[in-house]
Amino acid sequence: MAEKLFGSAIRRREDPALITGRAKYTDDLKLPNMAYAAILRSPHAHARITRIDTSKAKALDGVVAVFTAEDVEQSGVPGQIPVGWLLPNMKMPPRSLLAKDRVRYVGEAVAVVVAEDRYTAHDALELIEVDYEPLPAVADPAKAAQEGAPLVHENEPDNIAFDWEIGDKEATDQAFAQAAHTVSLELVNNRLIPNAVEPRAALADYDPINGKLTLWMTTQNPHIHRLLMSLASLGLPEHKIRVIAPEVGGGFGSKIHHYPDEAIVSWCAIQLGRPVKWQATRSETYMTDAHGRDHVTHAELAVDENGKIIGLRVHTYANMGAYYSTFAPAVPTYLYGTLLSGQYEIPNIHCRVQGIFTHTTPVDAYRGAGRPEATFVVERLVDAMARKLGMDPAEFRRRNFIPPDKFPYDTPVALQYDSGNYEGALNKALEAAGYEQLRKEQEEARKQGRYIGIGLSSYIEACGIAPSAVVGALGAQAGLWESAIVRVHPTGKVTVYSGSSAHGQGHKTTFAQLVSDMLGVPYDDIEIIQGDTDEVQYGWGTYGSRSAAVGGSAIAVSAQKVIEKGRKIAAHLLEAAEDDVAFEAGKYYVKGAPDKSLTIQEVALQAYLAHNLPPGIEPALEAVSFYDPANFTFPFGTHIAVVEVDPDSGEVKLLRYVAVDDCGKVINPMIVEGQIHGGIAQGVGQALYEGAVYDENGNLVTGTLLDYAVPKARFLPSFELDRTVTPCPHNPLGVKGVGEAGTIAASAAVVNAVVDALAPFGVEHIDMPVTPEKVWRAIQGAGK
Amino acid sequence: MYPPKFDYYRASSVDEALSLLQQHGANAKVLAGGHSLIPMMKMRLAQPGVLIDIGRIDELKGIRVEGDTLSIGPLTTHAAIAASEDVQRLATALSDAASVVGDLQVRNRGTIGGNLAHADPASDLPAAVLALGGEIEARGPAGSRTIAADDFFQGLFTTALDENEIITAIRVPTGQGTRVSAYVKFPHPASGYAVVGVAAVLDIAGNKVTTARVAANGAFECAKRLAGVEQALSGADATAEAAASAAEHATDGFSADDFMSDIFASADYRAHLLKVYTRRALQKALERA
Repeated sequence: MAEKLFGSAIRRREDPALITGRAKYTDDLKLPNMAYAAILRSPHAHARITRIDTSKAKALDGVVAVFTAEDVEQSGVPGQIPVGWLLPNMKMPPRSLLAKDRVRYVGEAVAVVVAEDRYTAHDALELIEVDYEPLPAVADPAKAAQEGAPLVHENEPDNIAFDWEIGDKEATDQAFAQAAHTVSLELVNNRLIPNAVEPRAALADYDPINGKLTLWMTTQNPHIHRLLMSLASLGLPEHKIRVIAPEVGGGFGSKIHHYPDEAIVSWCAIQLGRPVKWQATRSETYMTDAHGRDHVTHAELAVDENGKIIGLRVHTYANMGAYYSTFAPAVPTYLYGTLLSGQYEIPNIHCRVQGIFTHTTPVDAYRGAGRPEATFVVERLVDAMARKLGMDPAEFRRRNFIPPDKFPYDTPVALQYDSGNYEGALNKALEAAGYEQLRKEQEEARKQGRYIGIGLSSYIEACGIAPSAVVGALGAQAGLWESAIVRVHPTGKVTVYSGSSAHGQGHKTTFAQLVSDMLGVPYDDIEIIQGDTDEVQYGWGTYGSRSAAVGGSAIAVSAQKVIEKGRKIAAHLLEAAEDDVAFEAGKYYVKGAPDKSLTIQEVALQAYLAHNLPPGIEPALEAVSFYDPANFTFPFGTHIAVVEVDPDSGEVKLLRYVAVDDCGKVINPMIVEGQIHGGIAQGVGQALYEGAVYDENGNLVTGTLLDYAVPKARFLPSFELDRTVTPCPHNPLGVKGVGEAGTIAASAAVVNAVVDALAPFGVEHIDMPVTPEKVWRAIQGAGK
Repeated sequence: MYPPKFDYYRASSVDEALSLLQQHGANAKVLAGGHSLIPMMKMRLAQPGVLIDIGRIDELKGIRVEGDTLSIGPLTTHAAIAASEDVQRLATALSDAASVVGDLQVRNRGTIGGNLAHADPASDLPAAVLALGGEIEARGPAGSRTIAADDFFQGLFTTALDENEIITAIRVPTGQGTRVSAYVKFPHPASGYAVVGVAAVLDIAGNKVTTARVAANGAFECAKRLAGVEQALSGADATAEAAASAAEHATDGFSADDFMSDIFASADYRAHLLKVYTRRALQKALERA
């Protein structure tokens, strides 16, 4: 009998290959006769291209071909990069694989070289002559929104990509008119560069005999890439494209999107009839991977005389970059505005978001995608209001939480939260942190001229966004269900085909854990297949913390179908009524007569032999399901950051970090903790270190890891984690998702802590990243 | 991240390296640990046609105490310098600085000679060598010469070294009587380079500082001495209070234009940090007295 694995912190089966270097990433793959691509990128944020001369590059020994936009056009392929989420009245500027007459951001692809080796390809890039006529550029979304700003798309009247709102403006304005107190903040949510350890890569191989393209690439969702390659970029029939995700070294959202580069490489392979590989350099990923966040927000909160929140009003400029990345319009709208109720009963909310085109790299989903932005707005405002009222920030939160007996709770911004126990998580976090004692220590330290700050962040997350009909109504050009096949082989071994596509999450471990428990089959007898469009029926992929809740649930539904089919066969063989046959720990038995039993392995063999099946039952033992959830899931929690600020240098040291998360039931606690650790690190990174900076001319100043600071392990304390468990009520596993929780909570917790530390100086806000110089200036400024 | 083509020569002696340098002239670059040059080549910011690898010339490695001088071979790695008990004891500031260069991998490959010759304004060793009153011995076609550290660092990535010279030794006087020293830095959170780094070397007799040599890197286009601090400390009490008050003179004699400025730290802020880190360096050195 298999022991219970659901809930067990077993080690990941993925890791031996990863830590011994045997795992194969896209760049590890080599095919006979393979050539190498390198892509020429615009050095200008905005320029007219008046001439491209590739003759010198073509003449270089070892160069196979050099292509420009004109060549792609002449090939007759659709050649477009589409947007996958539509909002009402949004502008729809086209985006092609290679820039033709005009470039709109530094890094935009202009030409491609294919050569016998990578060095020659890069040498040839320097021989391509492009005449650029530089044009004025704008990088800041608030500036780009103003009249007279340089236009990103010259055929549009302005740079406002869309103007979206949610909530009741009139009611919210009224609430503010009647408020006892209001606070307002001007917030910049800094632009982030994703920094997956493995930069993007693609290897395309086209077979001209049967017309089939095989594309290995760094993707979180191979089927979406196949669909968009077929429909918009290459025009090849969908069944003649196979997209494979080999080992993928992290994504954080950046490998969801459909970029020009992988399509260009595929197009080259088709033109040349030989395999072509492209591996982005780190500098290329900095210029071309969709960046994250980049909001400029004016936010206000109103309370009544009892300190109860009565209104929230938000206006945000959301930077889209030069073009829409795949799901970019969804991120600052339906993944942001809908989350602005946070954990609180807020009767009136109004949020207006203007998506703005700028001469910068496109912006799209990055770990958390909209939800960290919403949490930052809400949690900064809540802290500011608590301070204004002279109330402890924990107490102010407590007073305004949605109480447990009000679920399901309809927010004024379109979501129905299905469950939650916010005070439970807050109390647990306060206790773990020793909150009362911390406040005393803070007081003592201040007397000695030391500045300790304590920051809370009580976040709500919406994961596994669904059902498909709802997201379709909101503009998604995608379904958000997931598929699974559970196939029991004649020997009782099991292969699971999942539409989820892991790139570090450990699905091969967690999915096998839950199948092992359900089928009573040993863990080692279960194989998980994912990330290959020819093997997996369909899949929408891994992002938005959806894989356990949606992909895992699909597997559970299929496993249950297998159990039920097996029950029919077992009942027939045991000569018992189906209702009298129980299934437990891998064994079918007649209720009341446990000796009359068959193992699932024995049933599987009989199912395949098909010598004696009940009438109407087809041979074999497998099931497919396409699981469309009833609702989002709503993880929540409270995080507490403790910092010390050095008032001399402005340096911030993170002393402690306490996180209490509720992600529902936990399949593998070690993996869940790993996700929270990584998420917190990235959230702390945004708060203290990371920030993509463009200069006035649209040049990316933070173009390498020398200038763009990702958090190092030594910057971080050992995190103190705990959890509460409020199972998701509507999926078969009770799981909710945890991949983004740490990132969603951490930025607000850390900034709240720094502002709390500097309260004696009268500092009310510091924009992220909270660098030492900003802290020093805030102290200087507040003192005057 | 793919450098253009170049020729590679491995020199087995200083003489061979010098003759290769002579032969290839401005087209050649000397390769030691490769931790400054190779990244620049990968980004195609440096495109030498010829690399002369001196990395395996044993005569250029090692740390020796020669009377009242510490002699360090230019190919000695940062890790070896940081681990050396002689350096820790006789030139503590240099040991401090070597121990905070980059990360462990960089310290295991990067060399003191390469570091000083590259003269990155934000690297850690120049301030330490300068504050310790070090000398750089260089050899070229015309023979050997000795350059005082005070004359060696001339500007952004610019030294007194001629194009066809190679550093053959770094010599640091170990001082008479009680000498204490320290190096502290504010590392850039991305690169680890010094936003500001300060080396302080104090000779102490009784309760007084007899001589102070203090130098900074990160703040300026190259490592520079902080004359105001040195003067303020000369003959001062060897106390934390005196150190704090001397540190306020860190920016004396410099104008706003002298300070480096970038998106992480403006000139104003660097000038402020220079005072803060000067105080910390002095106090750390005094704690060792």
